[in-house]
Amino acid sequence: MQIIQFLILAAFLFCVGVYGVIVRKNSVLVLMSIELMLAGVNLNFLAFSAMLNDTAGQIFALFVIAIAAAEVGVGLALVILIFRGFGVSDFNELDEMKG
Amino acid sequence: MVPILTLAADGTDRVMLGGAYVVDDFALVFKGFFLLASYVTILMSMDYIADGDYKEAEFYFLMLISVVGMMVMSSSRELITIFVALETISIPTYLLAGWRKHDERSSEASVKYFLYGALSSAVMLYGMSFVYGLSGSTLLADISVWAGNGDIGVIGTLAILLTLVGFAFKISAVPFHFWAPDTYEGAPTPVTAFLSVSSKAGGFVGMIVLVYAAFAPDPAAWQTFMWVIAAASMTVGNVVALRQKNVVRMLAYSSIAQAGYMLVPFAVAPDGDTAVAFQATIVYILIYGIMNLGAFACVIAIARRTRSANIESFSGLFYTSPTLTVALTAFLFSLAGIPVLAGWYGKFVVFASVLDAGNTWAIVLGVVVAVNSVIAFFYYGNVCRVMWFHKPVDGDAHPIRVPAALRLGIALTMIGTLVVGAFPQLVAHVSDLAPFAPTFGG
Repeated sequence: MQIIQFLILAAFLFCVGVYGVIVRKNSVLVLMSIELMLAGVNLNFLAFSAMLNDTAGQIFALFVIAIAAAEVGVGLALVILIFRGFGVSDFNELDEMKG
Repeated sequence: MVPILTLAADGTDRVMLGGAYVVDDFALVFKGFFLLASYVTILMSMDYIADGDYKEAEFYFLMLISVVGMMVMSSSRELITIFVALETISIPTYLLAGWRKHDERSSEASVKYFLYGALSSAVMLYGMSFVYGLSGSTLLADISVWAGNGDIGVIGTLAILLTLVGFAFKISAVPFHFWAPDTYEGAPTPVTAFLSVSSKAGGFVGMIVLVYAAFAPDPAAWQTFMWVIAAASMTVGNVVALRQKNVVRMLAYSSIAQAGYMLVPFAVAPDGDTAVAFQATIVYILIYGIMNLGAFACVIAIARRTRSANIESFSGLFYTSPTLTVALTAFLFSLAGIPVLAGWYGKFVVFASVLDAGNTWAIVLGVVVAVNSVIAFFYYGNVCRVMWFHKPVDGDAHPIRVPAALRLGIALTMIGTLVVGAFPQLVAHVSDLAPFAPTFGG
């Protein structure tokens, strides 16, 4: 089965993304890791769409790409806000509130 | 509001785009709720935003975009539409949480909310991709056929759980709640009210639609998950709320606990009458929305003068502003579930759904609800005790001036709380809805 290879690659991409979000400190790298997770998701959708001969998966992937772009736009705006305002480029350094 | 009422009077279900977008009674009830809730939130925001040297136009624009997402969410019956609606709700609220640009806490609130939100929507999408791949369709009606086919396998179960995780984050259920207390405390208070009522109800609508319209025929996949997060949310939310010093943070934990109560009917739905559980969640969401908005409106009014939401700064409030104190006390008692105020009816329908299921696990969950309701009395009561019996701290005897818009907001939610509490059949009638077509198997 061809699809297995796609799914394994997608799962690998997704896991690398999760690892990156958890381990990386730099905010831009965290955003990139989230993009990596979404790349895995898109690959999944496309592989299933090809397997099922159904276009819904491709349409879903297009929506994911568009919305991910909007989300990263907001994310980068936040990175710039905290960098300019507080001189922090690391999400983990923001820890005023606890408990 | 007018189109919704005319559609409701018309009474027929409208189906568009091959079943992907429907306007039925369920959708109309929630559209009405979202409109009213955002109306009250805007009343609460007006003076807060005008006083604080913030950008005003963009604030309302983003809030309304988020409301549009909620409108779409309550009508969508298809994975792509649900995903787009969820992101339309979320993305503007990431920005709203950071609206106090020069306050590090507000930025921190926004960053944390954004990070957990983006992460959980990626996890949810990964689950959805497997649901699509295994069922071969993004329509919930087709997915329910797949789930009813018997063995969906380990991957199918995992896919369903990953999809639900995304929504568990949105409704801040334990263990996906880490963002909630910090975001609620750091964000501007009207935004916190918006997050804890409208945005949370939006997540619940998505969860209701997915669970009852798509995953219902295979309860084995998600029932245990629902049971665990319901019990964990109630317990963690209430116990941690006990030791909070800040009223907004306390309300954040209390809203986590309230989400746990709303999850209880999900966990018992497959064992009892589905319609009872389905309506219990809806009724609880509607009632919770009214009373929580009221509580936040009072806190905003009080914090206008005290400049902080620490519980000590509320002391002796009864001597300076008795009306406000009575209002806040009423909302808190309603959240705790004391009769005559609306909250008791929410608790009542949740217990009814538990008793309807009636097996051991449902009863255990019912006991957890009961114990937690008692714990909740302590911290709600503590705020009231400080307000009624302590001496004022700063000796400032002037009553708090409440702006007209805020006063209207408090009055509306107060009327809602009292009327629903005294005549619960009103809500019971509104949400007298038939659950979606698929029935539970197994």
